[in-house]
Amino acid sequence: MNEFSDAVVTAGRLIATWDRDLAEIIGLSMRVSLSAVFFAAIVGLPLGAAVAVFRFPGRGIVTAVLNAFMGLPPVVVGLAVYLLLSRAGPLGSLGILFTPAAMVVAQCVLVTPLIAALSRQTVEDLHAEYAEQFRSLGVSPLRAIPTLLWDGRYSLSTAVFAGFGRAVAEVGAVIIVGGNINHVTRVMTTTIALETSKGNLALALALGLVLLAVSLAANMAALSVQDWARKAYA
Amino acid sequence: MVSRVFKLSALFAAMAMMLMAPPSAGWAAERFITVASTTSTENSGLFEYLLPLFEKTSGIKVRVVAVGTGQAIRLARNGDADVLFVHHKPSEDQFVAEGFGLERFDVMYNDFIVVGPKADPAGVAGNKDVVAALTAIAAKAAPFASRGDDSGTHKKERGLWTQTGIDVDTASGGWYRETGSGMGATLNTASAMNAYALTDRATWLNFGNKGDLAVHVEGDARLFNQYGVILVNPLRFKHIKAADGQAFVDWLVSKDGQAAIGAYRLHGEPAFFANARKPGT
Repeated sequence: MNEFSDAVVTAGRLIATWDRDLAEIIGLSMRVSLSAVFFAAIVGLPLGAAVAVFRFPGRGIVTAVLNAFMGLPPVVVGLAVYLLLSRAGPLGSLGILFTPAAMVVAQCVLVTPLIAALSRQTVEDLHAEYAEQFRSLGVSPLRAIPTLLWDGRYSLSTAVFAGFGRAVAEVGAVIIVGGNINHVTRVMTTTIALETSKGNLALALALGLVLLAVSLAANMAALSVQDWARKAYA
Repeated sequence: MVSRVFKLSALFAAMAMMLMAPPSAGWAAERFITVASTTSTENSGLFEYLLPLFEKTSGIKVRVVAVGTGQAIRLARNGDADVLFVHHKPSEDQFVAEGFGLERFDVMYNDFIVVGPKADPAGVAGNKDVVAALTAIAAKAAPFASRGDDSGTHKKERGLWTQTGIDVDTASGGWYRETGSGMGATLNTASAMNAYALTDRATWLNFGNKGDLAVHVEGDARLFNQYGVILVNPLRFKHIKAADGQAFVDWLVSKDGQAAIGAYRLHGEPAFFANARKPGT
């Protein structure tokens, strides 16, 4: 199995030479997944917090649904979004199928439940701690949500990182709604799938290593920003 | 707290704008058509060679969605592509007959081949009769990797099995193994388990994980692989880019397009043979 050593060497060469096609593909991967996580966080964090603080009938079912949807198969999400965005589908007139926008939509659908479910747990734990204070100050659940999200921001950032990880690593959804079009919708994971299908196994694995390195760099950057913020606002 | 929240929302807004701003090509409005085609043409590298030539003469970018023929036809039926460029004539004729496409044109051909382990347990190497070769593989119950994905190659393969009179469905999961995936993935599987497989020649030539596989059966007239191109019917879907799509179809069958296809070499070998009808014939 010299595929592994080949892959490591190829990965090193890819990073060292850094050609424009690779930069374009990595850039698109990052833009699509960061955009998807951005929108998923805007929806998912308040949604998770709302489920945590409000008491309503069927709350248990909503929690179970959120938890179950953390495991949504990407290919099913891709298919559903394809059927929605197809010209023959209800949102076909938008004409965004096979564009990066469609990929953002699909990843957003994939990641929102994950962020919502994880933040529900975090906020619920925090809420249990704060419940008495809120009651004595007469804070309504709606008013409590921003406070809880703000105070739990460091724990909640892990939920957002998890969402980013899921988005940037999935291939099933983006290959269906993006179409893996060269220079338009080709991202890291679809390139890996394509090179595998060409039998270029070492190159495919090398691209996987590059993807890992890029994810690692993104996460480290996010952590250092967090660290800086923690000190600045301590 | 208020200023902090304000700063934070400003940061978010800036991030959103940065992320959503159109960067370069791709997001920006440019003149392009979408072509639904097959993995074999994409994997062979033909499009990477051909499309820049067309772009230069026409100014039209071509976005290729490469999937199996079955899925490509489904995309075109939904109006998600302007042009259909695949390789299974009966399905293409049906597509036109049902009114989803305008006229179908022959563009080029190559051929299918049967590859298998060098040890050749079924003894089919050099056999010019593909039906006899498949019968021998079945008789020995030698592993055979099938696409199993309703692609053009899969339809071709099923047609050949029908001619042998063997019901491969009963052997599915035994020696007949349906991968349900693309040509490259199926070749990877065949390479890993030393199975026979039917593949188009272009994908084989460009395939980097041949392992112990070699070409055993080729040259039978029944292994002919014709590619056709069809403009999706603009009367069915008003968003179809009829003029630009037609320009691509016309170019493919023109003298220039045909010469370009004929000149393409894959590892020094011709991968496709242009055979559009001469104008006026």
